[in-house]
Amino acid sequence: METVKINDLACNDLPWKIHYDPVRCTLCGSCIAACTFEAIGPKMERRRITYTESETPEPKTRFSAQPVIAQRNVIKNFCRGCGVCERVCPNSAIRAERNPDSRFNVVYQTATASGPKRGGRNNLENQARTLDTIRVGRISQMTDPSLDAQRHTFDCRAPLGRILPAKGLPFQQVGENRLEQSGQTPPVRWIYPVIIGDMSIGALSWRMWEAVAMAVAYLNEECGLPVRMCSGEGGMPVRLLKSKYLKYMILQIASGHFGWNRIIKAMPHMVEDPAGVLIKIGQGAKPGDGGLLMAAKVASHIQAIRGVPKTDLLSPPNHQGLYSIEESVQKMFLSFNAAFKFRVPVAIKVAASATSVSVFNNLVRDPYNIVGGFFLDGIDGGTGAAHDISLDHTGHPVVSKLRDCYLAAVAQGRQGQIPLWAAGGLGKTGNLAADAFKMFCLGANGVFTGKLILQMAGCLGNDHGRCNACNTGLCPAGITTQEPVLAKRLDPERVAENIVNYFLAMDVELRKLMAPIGNSSLPVGRSDCLVSTDKAVADRLQVQYVC
Amino acid sequence: MCRIGAIKSRHYVHPSQALLLMQSQQEGHDNSGFAMVMQDLGGIFEAYKHLPTLSLACTDTGLKIAEDLLHAKGFRRVYQWVPDTNRKPGLDIMAMPNYVFQTFDYPEPYRTAEPKVKEELLVGTRLQLRAALEENETGFAYSFWPDVITLKEIGDPRDIGTFFNLWKADDNFTAKVITAQCRQNTNYAIVRYAAHPFFLQGYTALANGENTFYQKNKEFQQSLNRGYIGFESDSQCFLYTLHYLHRELGWPLSYYKHVITPLPFEDVVKREDQQQLLAMRQSLAHLEINGPNTIIGVLPDNTLFTCCDAKKLRPVVVGRDADTVVISSEACGINEVLPDRNWETDIYPNEREIVVIDDTLEVQRWKQ
Ligand code: SF4
Ligand code: SF4
Repeated sequence: METVKINDLACNDLPWKIHYDPVRCTLCGSCIAACTFEAIGPKMERRRITYTESETPEPKTRFSAQPVIAQRNVIKNFCRGCGVCERVCPNSAIRAERNPDSRFNVVYQTATASGPKRGGRNNLENQARTLDTIRVGRISQMTDPSLDAQRHTFDCRAPLGRILPAKGLPFQQVGENRLEQSGQTPPVRWIYPVIIGDMSIGALSWRMWEAVAMAVAYLNEECGLPVRMCSGEGGMPVRLLKSKYLKYMILQIASGHFGWNRIIKAMPHMVEDPAGVLIKIGQGAKPGDGGLLMAAKVASHIQAIRGVPKTDLLSPPNHQGLYSIEESVQKMFLSFNAAFKFRVPVAIKVAASATSVSVFNNLVRDPYNIVGGFFLDGIDGGTGAAHDISLDHTGHPVVSKLRDCYLAAVAQGRQGQIPLWAAGGLGKTGNLAADAFKMFCLGANGVFTGKLILQMAGCLGNDHGRCNACNTGLCPAGITTQEPVLAKRLDPERVAENIVNYFLAMDVELRKLMAPIGNSSLPVGRSDCLVSTDKAVADRLQVQYVC
Repeated sequence: MCRIGAIKSRHYVHPSQALLLMQSQQEGHDNSGFAMVMQDLGGIFEAYKHLPTLSLACTDTGLKIAEDLLHAKGFRRVYQWVPDTNRKPGLDIMAMPNYVFQTFDYPEPYRTAEPKVKEELLVGTRLQLRAALEENETGFAYSFWPDVITLKEIGDPRDIGTFFNLWKADDNFTAKVITAQCRQNTNYAIVRYAAHPFFLQGYTALANGENTFYQKNKEFQQSLNRGYIGFESDSQCFLYTLHYLHRELGWPLSYYKHVITPLPFEDVVKREDQQQLLAMRQSLAHLEINGPNTIIGVLPDNTLFTCCDAKKLRPVVVGRDADTVVISSEACGINEVLPDRNWETDIYPNEREIVVIDDTLEVQRWKQ
């Protein structure tokens, strides 16, 4: 007997296995056409066929070559489990099944001499979430009444910008009862406490980015919710830079500085200031790792916006400086503050880390008051592309670190001076309002979210390894691709509508949480209204333990 | 439940009026205590207006500790009044062995010092006294300030009145401003310091309600001033914010309301002073209050005021006649003190105003 070719790649080595039912299949080809990863294809199989030729059954058998659909055992084309084939099959003949016995991590590396990469999210940590052990447990009942979520007014706003201590405000008393401001203070914007996180035009398809931008404009102009979105690295279309809608955009600068020459050139033509500038130092999903945009996604419009050729675009892990990162960041803060004539808040985004508190302390004590926001991004955040090893094995959860930063501010009497914004897996269960609210109570002024926006757009990925192919440029939902054919799968208007509806629902839900604790403004730092059913969590976060 | 009241008059008023004011509202409070702060003193203290008076409830040991400490710091006692207490059995009062009201002259080096220096000395001394008396609870130093007396006790207000002989009016023990409250703190442990009104450096505050931003307020205030301590009651936060804003920052009282109950953003942007209001709101975001509250406050110049939470979830009424203004949780209290006033001119303050009564007794309503 021939030796088994044990070292060849087999489908049962891969993370997903295709379950195919030839009896139901009519060979319409829809699944093959829809699978962006070419993970399935037509194949001929020798089949035994039972038939009868007479009017009464007289079964006979014969063998014949039959066309079937089969999974391809090619490492580059492994099935991502996205489920698109199942969605398009009119006869329910095909579906992907998770392979619990996958050898993928080993075979990928042995075959390619490189580690697997993916986009999306960290898939390793799927135990109970910290925030799910926490409840809003201090309900106003006797001494103080609950408010009415429908009837009362609520002030759901968060600051972005450096806030001076009251003693530093340049006030002068005029007359008996009036103060007037006699000097300049750093710019502060009161915005909706949920920012749409930084996803670049390169990472997202232009249709997706446009859909998000449309939703933001609609939320502001039609719904009265001052929601801001961050551009992500790489700039944005010049037409937008020169439009009035720029005021809803936070411009990001990351270590690749992509897109900034265009932004700077557009400055004289800007009719509005941007909502802010966000200097990205690190990203929660892959801390210590730079940005990565695979050549496959560097389409011509990306090349134009960023001013680059079609090649893998790697942002270095650091902002490079002559002396230290600290110094170069300080210079960046000064130049961005100056560039917009101190009218635009400049904030910083860092990955949560065991050292976050020292970083925060450094900034909050800086005498120049140049840092207008501390964006802390935890391990559960998303990313366009990263090595699996970074995604799964580096990073720090955001909840305790946010709390640490807030308490560090409290210990110095500096709470609120640099607004704290948190992200990284918030809304993972689908309910962002609850997660955001708990984070406010733990000390966040606001939260930012990216991955959840993709879910609203129809992303098929999840935290159990499904899809997560955002790095390939072959997004089956048209969200993170630059292929015109794939991008067309996405209906920007529907996506914008979904995002708007989600925000409107979230706004109601936030009020539904503020009302029972009797608060008409955001309970930032009100950890007294939280309880935890997990003793370790309760102790770590300094909230009441309950059982 | 809690009821609060205040009297401000052109004439000196005896505390029996404050008892009357509160007694009629007794169904609203739980009769668990009586506390008052008297400011702008008459009678036996009138001659000592410029010198600090210590209000102390203590044991014999506590008295010795306090006297030694003040002596060591160079304070010289110039006057002492020990109320003639009626310790008859059956009174519902958890009395302390001694109640002492002593007036002191400043230590020699301070006599010619600037007022601010003296004021810091006084608050520092009171904090030292408080700390020294804390161990074994040998005493409670409520106030140490010129022209101010504080009395706090646990028990039935009627019996507390009897105990201190406060029911019978006389000319010896009077003041032009009296703030009072009839309930021990029931939200937290019963501690003598937890009873309103609270006093710090000439500022008094008392409140009816629940400050649900207590933790935020407290965490912020703790690092603002050494005098912001205790926090036995969530209402102390109102006093510290008042003190911080008016004394430490030097802002006019009209901004108190903007700090504790800022206007909604949609209203602020319509105002021409939005820049200042937003700056205040963001710098003092942690001093905002929430929950149902009515606050009565007194400034060092004896200006009396009241204001409410942003949704007016607790009542308050201001009534007056030619010589006296009374603020009370319920109108029945005012009826007792000013039975002949024209009640049609009573003011029921709304959620966006401060009602202010200055020394001319003019009642002003400041719209936020
Ligand atoms: S699940 Fe997705 S990747 Fe797998 S075969 Fe179907 S369409 Fe292709
Ligand atoms: S559907 Fe698109 S966006 Fe979602 S995980 Fe897959 S590739 Fe990424």
